[in-house]
Amino acid sequence: MVALPTKKLEAWRYTDLRPLSAVTFGAPPAAAATPDLPDLPFPRFVFLNGVLNAALSSGFAYAKPFVPVEGQGTQPMALINADYAQDGINIEIPAGQDAGELLLISQSDGITPFAFHPRHRVKLGQGAKFALIELNQGEGTYWQNAVFEVEVAEGAKFQHFRLQEESVEAFNTTTIYADIEGQGSYEHFTLTLGARISRTEIEANLLGQNALAHLNAAQLLGGTQHGDFTTIIRHKAPNCPSRQTVKSVLAGKAHAVFQGKIEVDQIAQKTDGYQMSQALLLSPETEMDIKPELQIFADDVKCSHGATIGALDEEQVFYLRSRGIPEAEARQILIRAFLEEALEPVTHDASKALFEEVLESWWTKQ
Amino acid sequence: MSMTTEATIQELAAQKYKYGFTTDIEMEEFPKGLSTDIVRLISAKKGEPEWLLAWRLKAYEAWLKMEEPHWARVHHPPIDYQALYYYAAPAKAAPKSLDEVDPELLKTYEKLGIPLNERAALAGVAVDAVFDSVSVATTFRETLAKAGVIFCSISEAVKEHPELVRKYLGSVVPAGDNYFAALNSAVFSDGSFVFIPKGVKCPMELSTYFRINARNTGQFERTLIVAEEGASVSYLEGCTAPMRDENQLHAAVVELVAFDDAKIKYSTVQNWYPGDADGKGGIYNFVTKRGACRGRNSKISWTQVETGSAITWKYPSCILQGEGSVGEFYSVAVTNSHQQADTGTKMIHVGRNTTSTIISKGISAGKSNNTYRGLVKIMPGASGARNFTQCDSLLIGDQCGAHTVPYIENRNSSAKVEHEATTSKIAEDQLFYCRSRGLSEEDSVGLIVNGFCKDVLKELPMEFAVEAQKLLAVSLEGSVG
Amino acid sequence: MLEIKNLHARIGDAEILKGVTLTIPDGEIHAIMGPNGAGKSTLSYVLSGREGYEVTKGEVIFNGENILEMEPEDRAAAGLFLAFQYPVELPGVGNANFLRTSLNAIRRKRGEEELDAVAFLKLARAAVRQLAMKEDFLKRNVNVGFSGGEKKRNEMLQMAILKPHLAILDETDSGLDIDALKIVAEGVNALRDEKFSALVITHYQRLLDHIVPDVVHVLAGGKIVRSGPASLALELEASGYAGLEVA
Ligand SMILES: Nc1ncnc2c1ncn2[C@@H]1O[C@H](COP(=O)(O)OP(=O)(O)OP(=O)(O)O)[C@@H](O)[C@H]1O
Ligand SMILES: [Mg+2]
Repeated sequence: MVALPTKKLEAWRYTDLRPLSAVTFGAPPAAAATPDLPDLPFPRFVFLNGVLNAALSSGFAYAKPFVPVEGQGTQPMALINADYAQDGINIEIPAGQDAGELLLISQSDGITPFAFHPRHRVKLGQGAKFALIELNQGEGTYWQNAVFEVEVAEGAKFQHFRLQEESVEAFNTTTIYADIEGQGSYEHFTLTLGARISRTEIEANLLGQNALAHLNAAQLLGGTQHGDFTTIIRHKAPNCPSRQTVKSVLAGKAHAVFQGKIEVDQIAQKTDGYQMSQALLLSPETEMDIKPELQIFADDVKCSHGATIGALDEEQVFYLRSRGIPEAEARQILIRAFLEEALEPVTHDASKALFEEVLESWWTKQ
Repeated sequence: MSMTTEATIQELAAQKYKYGFTTDIEMEEFPKGLSTDIVRLISAKKGEPEWLLAWRLKAYEAWLKMEEPHWARVHHPPIDYQALYYYAAPAKAAPKSLDEVDPELLKTYEKLGIPLNERAALAGVAVDAVFDSVSVATTFRETLAKAGVIFCSISEAVKEHPELVRKYLGSVVPAGDNYFAALNSAVFSDGSFVFIPKGVKCPMELSTYFRINARNTGQFERTLIVAEEGASVSYLEGCTAPMRDENQLHAAVVELVAFDDAKIKYSTVQNWYPGDADGKGGIYNFVTKRGACRGRNSKISWTQVETGSAITWKYPSCILQGEGSVGEFYSVAVTNSHQQADTGTKMIHVGRNTTSTIISKGISAGKSNNTYRGLVKIMPGASGARNFTQCDSLLIGDQCGAHTVPYIENRNSSAKVEHEATTSKIAEDQLFYCRSRGLSEEDSVGLIVNGFCKDVLKELPMEFAVEAQKLLAVSLEGSVG
Repeated sequence: MLEIKNLHARIGDAEILKGVTLTIPDGEIHAIMGPNGAGKSTLSYVLSGREGYEVTKGEVIFNGENILEMEPEDRAAAGLFLAFQYPVELPGVGNANFLRTSLNAIRRKRGEEELDAVAFLKLARAAVRQLAMKEDFLKRNVNVGFSGGEKKRNEMLQMAILKPHLAILDETDSGLDIDALKIVAEGVNALRDEKFSALVITHYQRLLDHIVPDVVHVLAGGKIVRSGPASLALELEASGYAGLEVA
């Protein structure tokens, strides 16, 4: 196997994979129970322990058979994936088609530790439309190391909403490559709740004028969880906007990371890049590391990033209390408001409702 | 902008780098290259005690095992450390008083606008002048001595105040801290030493003026400033070098120590020779600057205006140990032509209720690259720590690059960290507004850039703020149109 | 009735209030005027229990209870209301939701029944109309993106709904247009009865034209240096605060 990256690599300075390398992973066992599937009226692909389950899956007009990997990507995790990938969805939406929604469900049951490396491909033709809703859930110890290859042709619109609710003993590393042509858009949102260690890494290339990337995330971590959201947006054409909002709420001894790099090529004039990351630390032993990065070679650009890390704002707490709201409740209201805002970038109603429900139950568990 | 300032800019612009002359003076140089022998020779030349020689040799050993760092966004051909001279000094014996200083040298400093003659000197500023490897003169020593302030070259301090030097040298930047700091520790030849005793407010601005003159010579100065309980001092350094086709290395180390309620303000106007329009020549400015706020409510404030050097690699930092201590970093970095700057700061919050402020303004023009690189680190014990960072970049022309690489690491939930960064080009509407009021395009740019940098410039001591503004305009000359 | 007796308070090492003594009987409206930095906002924050202020001497009795030991929310339940000079923004917190939570928290503490969503909305809509505010005010997040004047009106909306026994208005008139000024005054006057009292902090006579105070106090250098009838405000407008600080 290609070696796992270590903290000596600049891109991995905040994420330590030693707990992952300490586990010996076997081959995926056969799935035991049938999972609880969400009640959403969309076609679906269901993977149990990394293997496609035809009985639970429905047909999808634009699905193609899996093709072995030819080896794209330079990221260490993607290289590992390329060595092992045996399955994954392969979607091609022809030009001009609105393919609606598709659910991608991964349900795992790690009674004995196992690893799987899905390779998913999503290709949208000119002006096509598609929304992919991903649910990753499970129990026990396992490692999902997924790669997505995304191609968005001119004027096409791809929405990608991910719920990462893996078992708290599991590992999830996901690498996404997205090429976006002129007028095309890639809207991404990951809600991270699960996994002992997780990392979502996205490389988005804006290749034509007015191509757009929205790479958003919310991470809600407790216990000793570690969550990492790392992105690179490359502006390679003029007039492209990119937007990022990343919010983290940390309890227990959780550790969260956001690394966001915006690269602007010399020809990418009139780039409009905006990035915001906010973290709310709810207990003393949490850790938040943020590395927003701008690398700019064009002059007529507008790029900015902002970051704030801190506990709840005591001014706000006092304001609520001065209106008669007890302190504990005042704090709750403010935390929920922060989470509510985190979901703002989700523009897809069904996904938003799903995320809200998940947040609600996360909340009652706290 | 007043008429006179404008006139000065025009005049300066015409000359471009006006500090590029050389001084003809008989020099004593050690053989080229670096070895234990050279380190011993430097130490012997300066009549140093055994402990200091041992310290240098240890640093040299450490350096041999280290590798030149390459993580910064700067590129240069490999430096041949054996092709450099590590010691060059005016041949005449060190002067005992100003009257004995070689008249050629006095003339040099006069030409640089730094008269060493106390009658002609800037009112209220004491100057230590460092020429290549050694300090040639320190003014106003008696006035300072009366207040209890020690201000002299570090070589002298080794002789006169060995216990102080031994106690603090390397206590903030250890000899093996990084590649260039290790090199400096092995071969440093001179620099300034400042000691402000308990409760003393230094009665005047202290200033060191660094001048590289000799060819193929590295300048490795070492500055150490200690402010005891309740003491305060404002210190300024300026730097220039002749125009030469080869690159010259400048690897300095600055250490600051502040005890309870002490305040140190350290300002730099860095105007080393930046190289010519094609990127030939210029100084490699690889500097380690760090301050330790050891005492409660101590404060260290770095202000820098960086316009010179072919390459700038420096991160003036603060270690905020004392409860309630304060660190500040105000920086303007201008790059033009083929200049490269990778500069910023590190604020390490260790103590409770420590605060830090970072204001960085980067301006890139020509074919230059300008990077802000900074670290804000809140340690678990730093309850109630606060940081605010504002980091803005301005681009003039489409051949240059502006980069921002902040690292924010928070391990205390009661700390509050805020960071904002923007990159934009010079605003068309502002330019148009200025020009419609009759300003030339170049003057308009100068005016807007000065406005952009105002939050930093206002931190400079009065005497130097005007100089810095002029420098900005000169550095950007030829960047528009 | 509010009785402030020889109140001393400090922020860090700085003593801001240096012995404020003031009594506001039920049914009365008192105005406080005074130069910038005199300690007017400090007084209002100390009364409402904001952190960071250390009371070093004196007491504050509100309806027979010493309130200085009480939590801010308990003071609110006891009927104290502060309209902030600089209202705080609460991103993500809906205005209506916030108001209902406050109202019900106070009602709970007082042993009153909580209002359901329908009853509350009815009440809130009426108040919004009364204050001539836009309908969408209730839907927006608390004070986020509100103009200066809108923030002040929002404070008045909260007051109208929470119906305090004692309202402290800290420069609620600054930044208000002429119509809004009248609306604020009407809001206060509508609550006026023999049980309600108010402490109105202001720099301008124009608010006091609409809310006529029973007593006007001048706070300077952390103390009440003068008290008098409503006409004192007019006098001050003419002569300024010069000479008062030493008095
Ligand atoms: N957190 C603080 N730390 C230190 N001093 C403070 C703090 N807050 C207020 N002060 C000082 O306390 C004094 C009183 O402030 P306060 O806000 O009460 O004045 P004010 O009378 O309301 O003024 P204005 O009319 O301008 O609103 C001022 O000198 C102010 O600078
Ligand atoms: Mg006030």
